[in-house]
Amino acid sequence: MSSPSTFLAALARVFPANRLLDSEAGLAPFESDGLTAFSTKPLAVVIPETRDEVIAAVRLCHAHAIPFVARGSGTSLSGGSVPIAGGLVIALNRLNRILRLDPAQRIAVVEPGTINTAVSRAAARHRLYYAPDPSSQQICTIGGNVGFNAGGAHCLKYGMTSNHVLGLTVVLPDGEVVEMGGESLENVGPDLTGLYVGHEGLFGVVLEITLRLLPMPECYRTLLAAYDRVEDAGEAVARVVAAGLLPGAMEIMDRLAIEAAEAAVHCGYPADANAILIVELEGEQRGVAADFERLKELINASGAREVRVARDNDERLLFWKGRKSAFSAVGRLSPDFLVQDGVVPRGKLGVALREIEALSRERGIRVANVFHAGDGNLHPLILYNGREPGALERAEAMAGDILRLCLRLGGSITGEHGVGLEKRTYMTDMFTPVDLEVMHRIHRALDPLELSNRGKMFPDGAAPALHRHGAHPLERAGIISRE
Amino acid sequence: MNPADSPPALEPRTVEEVVEAVRSCPQVVPVGGGTKSAATTGVAGFAPLRLGGLAGILEYDPAEYTFTALAGTPLRAVAAELARHGQYLPFDPPFGAAGATLGGTVATGVSGPGRQRYGGVRDFILGLRFVSGLGELVRGGGKVVKNAAGFDLPKLMVGSLGRLGVMVELTFKVFPEPRAYATLRADLPSLDAALIAIGRLNGSPFDLEGLELDPAGTLWLRLGGAAGTFDDRLDQLERHLGASGQRFTGEGEGAFWSGRVPLATDASRDLLVKVPVTLAAIPGLDAALAAAGATRQYGAGAHVAWVGWPRPAEELDRLLQTHGLAGMVLTGPAVQPLLGRVRGEGFRRRIKAALDPAGRFPSF
Ligand SMILES: Cc1cc2nc3c(=O)[nH]c(=O)nc-3n(C[C@H](O)[C@H](O)[C@H](O)COP(=O)(O)OP(=O)(O)OC[C@H]3O[C@@H](n4cnc5c(N)ncnc54)[C@H](O)[C@@H]3O)c2cc1C
Repeated sequence: MSSPSTFLAALARVFPANRLLDSEAGLAPFESDGLTAFSTKPLAVVIPETRDEVIAAVRLCHAHAIPFVARGSGTSLSGGSVPIAGGLVIALNRLNRILRLDPAQRIAVVEPGTINTAVSRAAARHRLYYAPDPSSQQICTIGGNVGFNAGGAHCLKYGMTSNHVLGLTVVLPDGEVVEMGGESLENVGPDLTGLYVGHEGLFGVVLEITLRLLPMPECYRTLLAAYDRVEDAGEAVARVVAAGLLPGAMEIMDRLAIEAAEAAVHCGYPADANAILIVELEGEQRGVAADFERLKELINASGAREVRVARDNDERLLFWKGRKSAFSAVGRLSPDFLVQDGVVPRGKLGVALREIEALSRERGIRVANVFHAGDGNLHPLILYNGREPGALERAEAMAGDILRLCLRLGGSITGEHGVGLEKRTYMTDMFTPVDLEVMHRIHRALDPLELSNRGKMFPDGAAPALHRHGAHPLERAGIISRE
Repeated sequence: MNPADSPPALEPRTVEEVVEAVRSCPQVVPVGGGTKSAATTGVAGFAPLRLGGLAGILEYDPAEYTFTALAGTPLRAVAAELARHGQYLPFDPPFGAAGATLGGTVATGVSGPGRQRYGGVRDFILGLRFVSGLGELVRGGGKVVKNAAGFDLPKLMVGSLGRLGVMVELTFKVFPEPRAYATLRADLPSLDAALIAIGRLNGSPFDLEGLELDPAGTLWLRLGGAAGTFDDRLDQLERHLGASGQRFTGEGEGAFWSGRVPLATDASRDLLVKVPVTLAAIPGLDAALAAAGATRQYGAGAHVAWVGWPRPAEELDRLLQTHGLAGMVLTGPAVQPLLGRVRGEGFRRRIKAALDPAGRFPSF
C-alpha cells in the first residue's frame, strides 16, 4: 500500500476539490448508513459525475491498494455501506441519469445513482412502472438495490431486484470494465447478471443498469382483516395460498405495530385488533374481480373479527399508509431499534411469532412485528435504548437468537436487507465452511486484493463499529421509514 | 466425435457417488436427459456423468410454493406431482415430453412460452447443491421463496452448461396454475405489423400468459384465469389489436402451447439454436436467417428466437456477431455450444477459474 498522501494526490488529479472530500466535516455524513450502530471514518470521499471518473477512482484504488466502498444513498440496514478505515468512499448520487427509456421494449437504462422511484416516475407516462418497491424507494438508489438485491412488499408475485435487472456494465475491483446480460429477458451462458445482483458491494462498482419495466395493473383490489390472534392472520395467509390465489401483496402487523401506526398516521385501523392482515390483488379488471370474490369468501371464513374492503384508491392508500409508516411509528415508542429481516417458510409463521414473543417476555425486550407474510419475510423490530449500558448488546443478542430461530425453521438470515456487517457472524449458521470457501474463491477471482467493500458479508472480516445512538437523520426528518 | 475417444460413462445414484466421480475422474461432463445434447457431445475425452439415476422429489409442500428435487428428476415427474396440487413451474420448461431433467433445464437455461409472464428458469430457482471442479459439495441460495444471504450461486448455474459444476439438488419456487386458459390466434399481415402489435401490447395492462410469434406475422396470445371471464377479455384483446382472430378455449386449447417449444429440426443435419433477441433486433435478424434458409420461431413475447440452422455453425457465429447477438446450440452436429457475441467473457473466465481451476469440466 502506498502512502495515503500519494493516493490523495493522485485522486486530486482526477477530482476537483469540491468533489474530493477529506476534511472532518466533509467526511461526517458518510461515516454510517441506515444501521446507525456502526460507523467508521474513511480516508476520503469522491463524488464522480461520469462513469470514467468512477473507473479512474477504482483503478487508482487498485494501483495504490486502497480499499473502497461504493455508496448509493447509504440506506443499507445491515452496515453494507459503512466505510472502511483508511479507505475511499465512491459516492454515486450524481450519476443519476436515466439514459434511455424504451416503452415498446419495456426497458430503462439507468445510471447507478438513479433513485428507485425516479424510474417509475419516468415510466408512468407510458403506463409502465419498475416493480421492486423497498419502502426506502423514495431515496435509495438502483445501484444500492443491485448491491443488496432489494425487495419490497410485492416480491412473491414479481420477485426481487435481480428478477428485474436484465443487463449491467460494471468496473471490477481491478479496473476491468465488463458488460453482462443485455436488453433481452433471455440470456445464454452462465447468468452473470444474476450472480452480480446481491454482491453486497464486493464485486466492484456498477456503472449502468438495464431494467425491465412492467405494465401498470389495470386495477387493484385491497382488503384489510382484523384478528384476535396473530396466528389466525397467519393461518388466513396459508388458506389464500392453498386456494390457488396469487396476491401481489400479503402483509401482517401485530398489536404493537398497529398501535404505533395508528398513533402516528391515524390510519383508522380497527381498534383492539391483535393483528391486521392486508391482502391486495392486482391485474386485469375481469380476472381480478373474479378472484377477489373468492378472496373475500376465504377471509370471511378465516375467523376475522372485521373485514374491510377498500372502496376506492383513497381508502386503499389509507390501508397502506399505516403499513408503510409502521416502522418509523414504532420507532417513536423507543429511542432506538434494530430491524431484523429473517425468513421462515410461510407455514412456520405462527411458530416463529410465538417464539419471538416468548423471547421478548423472557428478556424483557419489546418487539413489534411487521412482515411480508406472503413470502415469510419477518421484520421484528427490537426496541432498546442506546444510552443504557449493555442495551444494544442485549438487543443484538436477541436479534441473533431470532435469526437462529429462522434457520432452525428452515429459512434464511436475510430476505432483502443483506448480510453487510451486521449479520456476518450468522453466515456460518447458514452455510458450511466449504460453501463459504467457494464464495471466497469467487470473490478473490474478481478482487484478488480484496479492496471492494472489504470486511463485509464474510464472517471473518475485521469489524469496525462504534456504537451510536438515535434514528437515521433522514428518519428523524420523516423522509424515510424502515420496513 | 468418435465415441471411442470418450472414457466410459459414469452413472452415480447418490450425491456421494457424484462427488466421488468428480474427484476420481480427470475429466467429466454432466448429462441429464440428453435432450439438449449440444452441451455434452462436442467434448472429446470427457467421461459422461449421467445423472438420470439421481432422481426424485425430496420435499414438496404446496402451501410453501416450493419443492426440492434431485437434479436428475424428469420434468414430467415434477409437472405431474405439481399438477396434483394445481401448481406448475410457470416458465413452462421445454423438452419435458422428450425426457428433459430439472438439472439439464437449469444448465442450459431454457424456458418456454410462460416465461413471458412471471419470468424464466432464472427467476424460479431458489437454491441448489452442486459439486465443484474440486469435488466440493456446495450449497447456494436457500429453500424459502425469499432469501438474500450470500452470493446468488443458483442464478450463476443457470446457463452454466455443465462447465462450472455438477448440480445434484435443486429448489424451485412454483405458482398456482390458472384454472383455465383461452388462446387467440391473430394473423397479422406481416412480421413488422406483428412486432408493432407486440410493442403496443407491452404498454397495455393485459396479463398475457403467453405471447408467441411466427415469422409470417402470426401472433398467439394466451389468457389465464376463471373461464367465465374469457369472452370479454378476448373481445378487448381483439379491439386492442384491431384484428379479429381464431379463438381456442376448453379442450384442445393447450395443444399449441405444449407443442410450441422446441422448433422441430432434423438433429442429424440442423442446429437448433436459442438466440436471445429484442423487438428491435428481430427484423434484421429474421431477414438474414431467412436468406440463409433457416427456420425461425419467436417466443416469450419476442425475447427469444429458436432457430433451425441448416449450414455450418461458423456461418451462424458470424451472422450473430454481425447483429451483436449471441446464441446457444441445443441440438445438432457436435459444435461448441456458445456462438456469436456472448457478453461478459472476462468475468466468466474468472468464475470458471474459481469453480473449476483444474478444468475437470469442459471449457466454454
Ligand atoms: C427506512 C428504510 C426502509 C427500508 N426498506 C427496505 C425494504 O423495504 N426492502 C429492502 O430490501 N430494503 C429496505 N431498506 C434497505 C435499503 O434501503 C436497501 O438495501 C437499498 O437497496 C439500499 O440502497 P442505497 O442506495 O441506500 O445503497 P447503499 O446503502 O449506499 O449501499 C448498499 C450496498 O450496495 C453497494 N452499492 C451501492 N451502490 C453501488 C454501485 N453503484 N455499485 C456497486 N455497489 C453498490 C454498497 O457498497 C452497499 O454494500 C430500507 C432502508 C431504510 C433506511
